Amino acid sequence: MHAETTTDRKAAALAAFKDLAHDPGVAKPDPILVVDNVVRRFGGLTAVDVKHVEVQRGSITALIGPNGAGKTTFFNQLTGFDTADSGQWTFNGRNMNGVPAHKVARAGMVRTFQLTKALSKLTVLENMRLGAQKQRGENFWRALVPAIWRGQEDEITERAEELLVRFKLDAKRDDFAGSLSGGQRKLLEMARALMVQPELVMLDEPMAGVNPALTQSLLGHVKDLREQGMTVLFVEHDMDMVRDISDWVVVMAQGAVIAEGPPDTIMSDERVIDAYLGAHHDAPLDESELAEQLHEAEQALEAEFEEETKK
Amino acid sequence: MDWITIISTTVKAAIGVETVWYALAAIGINIHFGYTGLLNFGQSAFLAVAGYGLAVTVTVLGLPFWIGIGVGLLSAVLLALVLGIPTLRLRADYLAIVTIAAAEIVRLVFRSVAFKDVFGGSDGRRGFSDGFYALNPFPEGEYGFGWLLFGERTLWVLVVGWILVALSCAIVFLLMKSPWGRVLKAIREDEDAVRSLGKNVFSYKMQSLILGGVIGCLGGFIYGLAYASVQPDIFGTETTFFAYTIVILGGAARVFGPVVGSAIFWVLLVLVNGVLSGAVESGAITFLDSTQVGPFRFLLVGLGLILLLVFRPQGIFGDKREIAIDAR
Repeated sequence: MHAETTTDRKAAALAAFKDLAHDPGVAKPDPILVVDNVVRRFGGLTAVDVKHVEVQRGSITALIGPNGAGKTTFFNQLTGFDTADSGQWTFNGRNMNGVPAHKVARAGMVRTFQLTKALSKLTVLENMRLGAQKQRGENFWRALVPAIWRGQEDEITERAEELLVRFKLDAKRDDFAGSLSGGQRKLLEMARALMVQPELVMLDEPMAGVNPALTQSLLGHVKDLREQGMTVLFVEHDMDMVRDISDWVVVMAQGAVIAEGPPDTIMSDERVIDAYLGAHHDAPLDESELAEQLHEAEQALEAEFEEETKK
Repeated sequence: MDWITIISTTVKAAIGVETVWYALAAIGINIHFGYTGLLNFGQSAFLAVAGYGLAVTVTVLGLPFWIGIGVGLLSAVLLALVLGIPTLRLRADYLAIVTIAAAEIVRLVFRSVAFKDVFGGSDGRRGFSDGFYALNPFPEGEYGFGWLLFGERTLWVLVVGWILVALSCAIVFLLMKSPWGRVLKAIREDEDAVRSLGKNVFSYKMQSLILGGVIGCLGGFIYGLAYASVQPDIFGTETTFFAYTIVILGGAARVFGPVVGSAIFWVLLVLVNGVLSGAVESGAITFLDSTQVGPFRFLLVGLGLILLLVFRPQGIFGDKREIAIDAR
C-alpha cells in the first residue's frame, strides 16, 4: 500500500537537508517553525533550554534524546500546554509564545499525546467530528437550531468517514472509543488530529504501547502525512522507526539541543553517543588500569577457591 | 393505617411541587456533572439567589413580579460568572470544594443578622407571589379526579413548573445532540484533548455552568412561588445532594434522567414516610416515635443510594457499556 520507493516529497525534503551542517540550531532553507531561547525551569531544575532550532517545512523531523531530556516538556511549551519561562517561537512567521493551546491548534499546529487521549465515552465517529474547525453548531445559540448546522455536519461526517477508511477504523465508527485497543487509539488520535487540517503535526511518541502488527501501518500513516504536504515533528524512542521514516533528526539532552543531522549518520555522532551512553564509556584502558583489573580478578578467584576448600 | 391517604399523597408526589423544583435543580446538575463533568456542589446557591432575587425585588424594592424574575435570572448568571472565573481552571475535586463553600457563603449571607432588613434573616421573605397568582387562569376550586385533587393555586404552580421542566428538557435534548453538546461531553472525557483540537475549553465550561445554573434557578422560583416564601435553610447543602442523588438515580447524561429520578425520589420518600408514620401510629413499629420517622426515611434514602450504586450504577436510563469503560 505504502510504496517504499523514494517519492517526490521525500526527495524534496532530503534535497533541502542535503548540504546542511550537522550543528545544533542549523538554519533550514524553508522553516515552518523557528524556536529561540526557550527556557522552562521547574524549581532548580532546568527542564528545557533550547537556544535555537528550526523545523523544515514538508519534512519529517524526529526529536530524540535520552529519558528526561525534556522532549515532551519542549512539546508542551510549543503547543501552549505549559508556559515557558522565557523565549519565543514563530510558526509560519507568526509569533506563538503565550498563545493558549486551543489557538495554537487553530493556527495549524496540532499535537497528539504520549498517553493517548481518546475520548472514551464518545463514539469513534464523534471523536472524529470533534476535530473539525469552525463548526457553526459549536455556538450555543446556533446549536439550538439544527437547520443551521446540519449541512456542515454532513460534510464533516463525510470527511471523517474518509479518514476512518484510510486508518482502517471504519468498522469501529459507532463503537465507544474506550473499547478500542491501544494501537487503534493511537490511530484514532492521529486521524482526529487530521480533522483539524493542520500544517504541522506534532506526534508525541506515536509508537509507544502499540503492538508490532500495527507499527508498520502507523509508520505508513506518518509517511503519508508528508505526502499530503504536512510537516511532521515527532518524539520517539524507537531508533528503527526514526531511521525508517525521518528525514532529519534533532537530538536533545538535558534540556538542550546537542546535535542535528540525517538519521543514518546521527547515531554515530560523537555528541549523541556521549549523551546516550556517557562521555567515557569506551575510552581505552591504560597499562596500570589493566594490571589492576587483572589483579582484582585473580583475588576474587582465589577467595572463591579458598571458600570451596573450607567446606 | 389509612392506606387511601398514603396512596393518594404518594401519587400526588409523583407530579407534585417538590418533584418539579428538584427536577429543575437536577436538570442543571445533569448539565454540569452529567454532560460536562463539572462537580458543582453549589447548585443550591443558584436556587437561593433566584428565589431571593425575586423575593427581595418584590417585597423590599416594591417592583413588579416580572422584574423580580429578571433579577433572579440575572443573579444566577452573575453567580455563575463569579463562581466560574476563578474556579473553572481547577481540577474537578477542587471545583467541588470551592462550589460547596460558595453555596454555604450565599446561604449564610441570606440568613445573617447584618442583612436582616434585606433578606429577613432565618425567617426569610414572604408575600412576593401575588403577581404570580394574579396571572392564574384557573378559577377557584378543586381540580383533578378521584384522589388526585389540587387547589387552583397548586395547579397553576404545577402547570407552570411542568412547562418549565418540559422546556428545559427540550433545550437539553437539542443542545446535547448538537456539536456544542459534543464539545461538552468531550471536555468531560479529557479537556486537554479538546484543547489540542482547537476548542476554548474555559468558555465552554463557563457556558455549561451558566446554563445549568439558570435552569437550576428556575427551581428556586418554583419553590418560592409554591410556598409563597423563601427561607435560607431550604437552600442548604442537602438540597444539592438530593439533586445529585436524583441525577444518579435517573442516570447521568440522560435527558429525562433527572425528571424521572426526581419523581421516583419523592414518591419513595412520601411513601416511606406515610407507611412508617402509619405503622408508628397503629403501634406496629415500636422502636420509632413519630418525630423520628422524618430523619429515618433519609437514612433509608442513603441506603437506597448505596444499593443503587452497587447494583445499577448507570441509573435507570444509563447505558451499562459506558460504566464498563470507566472501570478500565
